[in-house]
Amino acid sequence: MTGFVDIRNVRLSYGQAGDETLALDGLDMSIQEGEFAAVVGPSGCGKSTLMKLATGLITPQEGSVEVAQKEVSGPVSIAGMAFQNPSMLPWRSTLSNVMLPLEIVQPHRANLRREKAAYTAKAEELLKLVGLGGFGEKFPWQLSGGMQQRANLCRALIHDPALLMLDEPFGALDAFTREELWQVMRDLHAEKSFTVILVTHDLREAVYLADTVFVMSARPGKIIERREVSFPRPRSIDLIYEAAFNDIVHDLRALIAEARVAA
Amino acid sequence: MTSSRWIALAPWLWTIGLFLVWELAVKIFNLPVFILPAPTDIWEAIVKYWSPIWKNSVQTLFTTVAGFLLAVVGGLALGLAIGWSRAIYAGLYPLMIGFNSIPKVAVVPILVIWFGIGTIPAVLTAFLIAFFPIVVNVATGLATIEPEMEDVLRALGAKKLDIMLKVGIPRSMPYFFGSLKVAITLAFVGSVISETVAANSGIGHMMLAAQSQFNVPLVWAGLVALAVLGIVMYAIMAWLEIRMTGWAHRGNRS
Ligand SMILES: Nc1ncnc2c1ncn2[C@@H]1O[C@H](COP(=O)(O)OP(=O)(O)OP(=O)(O)O)[C@@H](O)[C@H]1O
Ligand SMILES: [Mg+2]
Repeated sequence: MTGFVDIRNVRLSYGQAGDETLALDGLDMSIQEGEFAAVVGPSGCGKSTLMKLATGLITPQEGSVEVAQKEVSGPVSIAGMAFQNPSMLPWRSTLSNVMLPLEIVQPHRANLRREKAAYTAKAEELLKLVGLGGFGEKFPWQLSGGMQQRANLCRALIHDPALLMLDEPFGALDAFTREELWQVMRDLHAEKSFTVILVTHDLREAVYLADTVFVMSARPGKIIERREVSFPRPRSIDLIYEAAFNDIVHDLRALIAEARVAA
Repeated sequence: MTSSRWIALAPWLWTIGLFLVWELAVKIFNLPVFILPAPTDIWEAIVKYWSPIWKNSVQTLFTTVAGFLLAVVGGLALGLAIGWSRAIYAGLYPLMIGFNSIPKVAVVPILVIWFGIGTIPAVLTAFLIAFFPIVVNVATGLATIEPEMEDVLRALGAKKLDIMLKVGIPRSMPYFFGSLKVAITLAFVGSVISETVAANSGIGHMMLAAQSQFNVPLVWAGLVALAVLGIVMYAIMAWLEIRMTGWAHRGNRS
């Protein structure tokens, strides 16, 4: 079975020979097109490394990484990324921050000047979708942390990436904002049907949003469990208080606790 | 009066206070003029020698600003080069540290051999001393791009030049404009050093000439002229900094 993202038997270590940190070893995972995948695991097990691997920022020493049936050998520009830190550029307005990828990725880069109005409208549309309508002209430092994180999501999505990579994007937010952004994320995924890989420490977040949850072992990381979450969509936020939901969360928690002890 | 008014007045009050204490100390301890002239003696000298002070100040200002502008161009270029490439950084940094450790007064004789005494050595000394902080600051701004920002852009297929233009250079601008304040004051140091050693005009030269005639108030008047020039140029640089990179300061305030 070949998927949209195929990672086979990957081994990756950081550092020079003799003083290396083995981050990933024997990692296998396959994600279908349009699937929402969540990756959970103990801290330092190589989740962020996995992100960089799938976007071509680093290449494995062994094994192969394929995205959209193509071997990944350098940055794949079909991906959008968002991290825990919103990393907005303070000298640009929120709107212009969101539109930054359009200045990089082709064909938008070539068309941007000619179709400025259309692109701006698209960015404003996206901002409205995440609840930031009318804030485009504000500078990022005039926005709250949660608002910046929403803008960060928009920036990751503006060039219509086929693959969205999220590394603990909601980690630094308060519980209410986080739940609100879960729903924003849910709706965005339903509307645009991109493939998502979400790295998170929050098991409820993983189970609420994902079709599949991958559990990683402690370093060197590999996948020790692939768990399908088959609650029907669209999922109401009340789902997180249901017994079936909590059972899955509990199972995953036990797995990670075990993985940590094994380390 | 509100406290913000007091803060606005504070620099003037402190300056006036300093001169008052100085004046009183000279009078109370009855210090001879050749040890420490009182501010009133210095003021007298400024009025009396206004024309040479003015002429030499213009000369010093000219050499300083010329050296400073060279330092801005050279410092910006070298800073960008060093921030751009690790190889250039690794190769040039030790050289620059070594070069910066040389007291610039030791370079002046060499400059004199090459260019003769006068304006050119002063301009070049100002340049040599002012350009280091600009290089270091610009390179720091480039080297401290958030790795996450870089990852986001690289994953989109951004080339190094894209990242420099979109992120590196804009974010190094506050460092650059901040370094101008340091650079302009250092440029004064450089040009005055050179004028003291090898020139026939400029404040440094005037002070040296006054000293050889035991005209101590004029020596001090030269110092005051330098301080005034320094403050004015610093203020211009500070204003420029706020004008050009307001986002960096507003960001901190809110
Ligand atoms: N640039 C690097 N150089 C050397 N070692 C690194 C580097 N980046 C990560 N590592 C090591 O690789 C391992 C995996 O790191 P990674 O950042 O992928 O973990 P993570 O699962 O994202 O952790 P967390 O959940 O805390 O974010 C860690 O042990 C870390 O020490
Ligand atoms: Mg991480």
